[in-house]
Amino acid sequence: MKTLFSDLYKKLNTGFWPILIVFAFLVVGSISVYLSPRSLSAFLILITTPLILYFMKINMKIKIFIGLLLIIVILPVLGIRNIFYLEVIFQMAVFAALALGLNIVVGMAGLLDLGYVAFYAVGAYAWAIFGSKQMSLLHSIPGAAPANAPFFLDPRWFWLFIFLGVGLAAFTGILLGLPVLRVKGDYLAIVTLGFGEVVRVLALNLDKPINLTNGPQGITPIQRPPLPPEAVMQVFRNLLTPLVGHPPTDAEFYNVFFYFLALVIIAIAILVATRLEDSRIGRAWTAIREDETAAIAMGIPLVKMKLAAFAAGASFAGAVGALYAANRTFVSPETFSFLQSIGVLTMVILGGLGSIPGVIFGAAAVVLLNIQVLQNFSLYLSELRQSDAVIPIINFAWKNLSNQLDPAKYQKLVFGIILVLMMIFRPSGLIPAERRKRELVEDKE
Amino acid sequence: MSLLQTTNVVKRFGGLIAVNKMTFSLDEGRIVSIIGPNGAGKTTFFNSLTGIYKPEEGQIQFKNHSLIGLRPDQVAATGIARTFQNIRLFGSMTVIENIMVGMHIRLKQNPIDILFRTRHFNAEELEAEQRASEWMEYVGLKNVGNELARNLPYGGQRRIEIARALAANPTLLLLDEPTAGMNPNESEDAIKLFRRIRDDKGITILMIEHDMRVVMGISEYISVMDYGEKIAEGTPQEIRSNQRVIEAYLGRGAAVAHEQKH
Repeated sequence: MKTLFSDLYKKLNTGFWPILIVFAFLVVGSISVYLSPRSLSAFLILITTPLILYFMKINMKIKIFIGLLLIIVILPVLGIRNIFYLEVIFQMAVFAALALGLNIVVGMAGLLDLGYVAFYAVGAYAWAIFGSKQMSLLHSIPGAAPANAPFFLDPRWFWLFIFLGVGLAAFTGILLGLPVLRVKGDYLAIVTLGFGEVVRVLALNLDKPINLTNGPQGITPIQRPPLPPEAVMQVFRNLLTPLVGHPPTDAEFYNVFFYFLALVIIAIAILVATRLEDSRIGRAWTAIREDETAAIAMGIPLVKMKLAAFAAGASFAGAVGALYAANRTFVSPETFSFLQSIGVLTMVILGGLGSIPGVIFGAAAVVLLNIQVLQNFSLYLSELRQSDAVIPIINFAWKNLSNQLDPAKYQKLVFGIILVLMMIFRPSGLIPAERRKRELVEDKE
Repeated sequence: MSLLQTTNVVKRFGGLIAVNKMTFSLDEGRIVSIIGPNGAGKTTFFNSLTGIYKPEEGQIQFKNHSLIGLRPDQVAATGIARTFQNIRLFGSMTVIENIMVGMHIRLKQNPIDILFRTRHFNAEELEAEQRASEWMEYVGLKNVGNELARNLPYGGQRRIEIARALAANPTLLLLDEPTAGMNPNESEDAIKLFRRIRDDKGITILMIEHDMRVVMGISEYISVMDYGEKIAEGTPQEIRSNQRVIEAYLGRGAAVAHEQKH
C-alpha cells in the first residue's frame, strides 16, 4: 500500500504531469468555487492546490507565479463572492503564524510550552486597551460605561501597535523565561501551563481596581486601521465589480484587507523563522534540543539562548494578537483559554515538530477541520434529522438522533485524537523537518 | 609555566567524596593522560574543570585565570573544548552542522545580520561551512557532510565529536575515553590523529583513557587517580613500575604476588 502510493507519487511527479495536475486543481477549484460558493468540496479542491503545488516538481518561477496568482488574484475575488472563505483563510494565516512561533520554542529549541496563547493575549489586549474606548473608561464600572466616551487613539496607531505587540510579547516571553528556565521537561510544561492560565485570569479580573480589561465581558469596539484613501478604493472597486458580480461593500473590502494583512504577517513570519533556523542561533537551539550538556560544553549559553527562543516565539504571537483584536473588534478572556494553546500545539505536532512547511500545513488542516469540516458535518446531521430518512438494515430513523450529537462541539476530541494518533504513528509529523543540504566543496571531488 | 593548574580541588556528592584534594598541573603543548580504575573520579574531575560540576573547594587556574564559578559555556569560551565518554552528538543535525555548532563562540553574527542576511552574515556562514568541511577531512571523514550525525557508524561519530571540539579553536582539548569501543586498528588511527592535533595545531591534550596501549603509546605524562585522589604521576615508564598504581589496578594481594615474581 505504502509503495503503491510512493510509486504513484513518483510517476505523477515527472515530466508534464505536475503542471497538468496543478492546473487541473487550480481551474476546477476556482470554477467550482465561483459557481457554487457554498460548496465545501469545491473549497477543499481549491485550498489543497497550494499543498499540491508545494510537492510537485515544477520550475521554481512557474511555481511562484501560480502561487501568487492564486493568493493575490483568485482567492480575494472568490473570497468576496463568499466572504466566509476569506475568514477561513484569515484564520489559517493567524494560526499558521502562531504555529510558526510555537514551533521555534517547541520544535526548534525543544522547550514544551503549554501556555503559548498568553503571548497572543498580550498582543491582542495591547491594541484592545489602547485602540478602544477603554482608556477613557478606566474608572467606570464594567457594563455601566457612558455611551459617548471618545476613542483613545486614532485608528492609524494600529500600525505601531503591531510592532508594540511584538515587543511586548517578546518582553513577556523573557519575563516568563527568567524564573521558568531553571526547570526542564515536564516541569517546564506545567509551569508554562500555569503561566498561560495566569494571563487569562488576569484578563478576566483586571476590571478592578481600575477597569483595564473590562473583565469577562471583554473589550469592544476595537478600532480597525482605516482602509486606503477613497481614490485607491475606487480603482479596486472598478476592477473587482465585473469579476465579483456586484460592487464590493466596505465590509467586504475589510475582509480582503485583513486577508492581505495576514498574508504579509505570515510571509514575514516564514522569512524570520527560516532565517533564524539557518543561522548560529537556530543551530544553537537545535543543539540545545538534542543535547543540553553537549551544547553548553560547546560554549552555547543555555539561559540566554532559551530566553531568545521564548522571546522570538512569543513575538510572533504578539503581532498576530494585535491583528486579531483589530479584525474581530472584540477581545475577551475566553479566546485565550488553555484549549487554544493545545490547539496550536496540535497544529505543530500534526505538521511536524521543527518543520516550517509542516506547521503551516498543520495550522491550515486543523483550522479547516474545525471551522469547516466539523461545522458542515453538523449541518448535514441536522438536515438528516429534519428529513424522513432512515438508516436501512438497523431501521433507525435519523429523526430520533439525539440533538446532543453535534460534531462542531467535538473540537477537543479531535485535538486529542490527532495528538494520540500522531504520537503513535508519525511522531515526526506529516511533513517532517529536514536539514538543509549544503553544497560542500568536498562533495565535488 | 603551566597552562592548567588545579589546587586541592574537592567535589562531594552528599557523603561521597568523588574528587579529593586533586592538585594537578598541565604544561602547554603536552599530551597527558589521567588513568585509574572505574569510579576513581576521573570524569568527575573533567566535569569540575569544565564547569558542569561546581567543586566545593580548591582552585582551578587556566591561562592564569580562575575557572571557579564559571558556567560551562564560559569555560568553553576561555579555550577548553571537550568530548564525552558516551558520545554526545546532536543526532538529528547534519555532520557539518554539528561541527558548526562547535564554532558557536567564534561566530560573530548578531540577530540583525541573521534577519537581514547581511554581507557579513553570508561571508561568515560560507567561511564557517568551509572550515567545518576542512575539520571533517582533518579527522578523516569524507563525503558525509550532509549525513545526519546519528546515521554515522560509531567510529565516525567519535571523529565528529573531536572535529566539533576542534572547531572551537581550543587551547586545551579534553578527551574522555576517546578510544572506548574501538578495535586496535581504529585506536592506532586515533593515536595518530591526537598526535597530529598536538603537532600541527599546538593544542594541548588531556585525556582519560582505559586502553593501556593507547595510554602508554601516546602520553608524555600520566596521572593516576584512585578513590578521588591522585595516587601517582610521572612518565609512562615510571607509572608502569609504580607500586601504588599496580595495587590500585590489581588489588593488594595481586600486587604483592606481582612483586614477588620480579
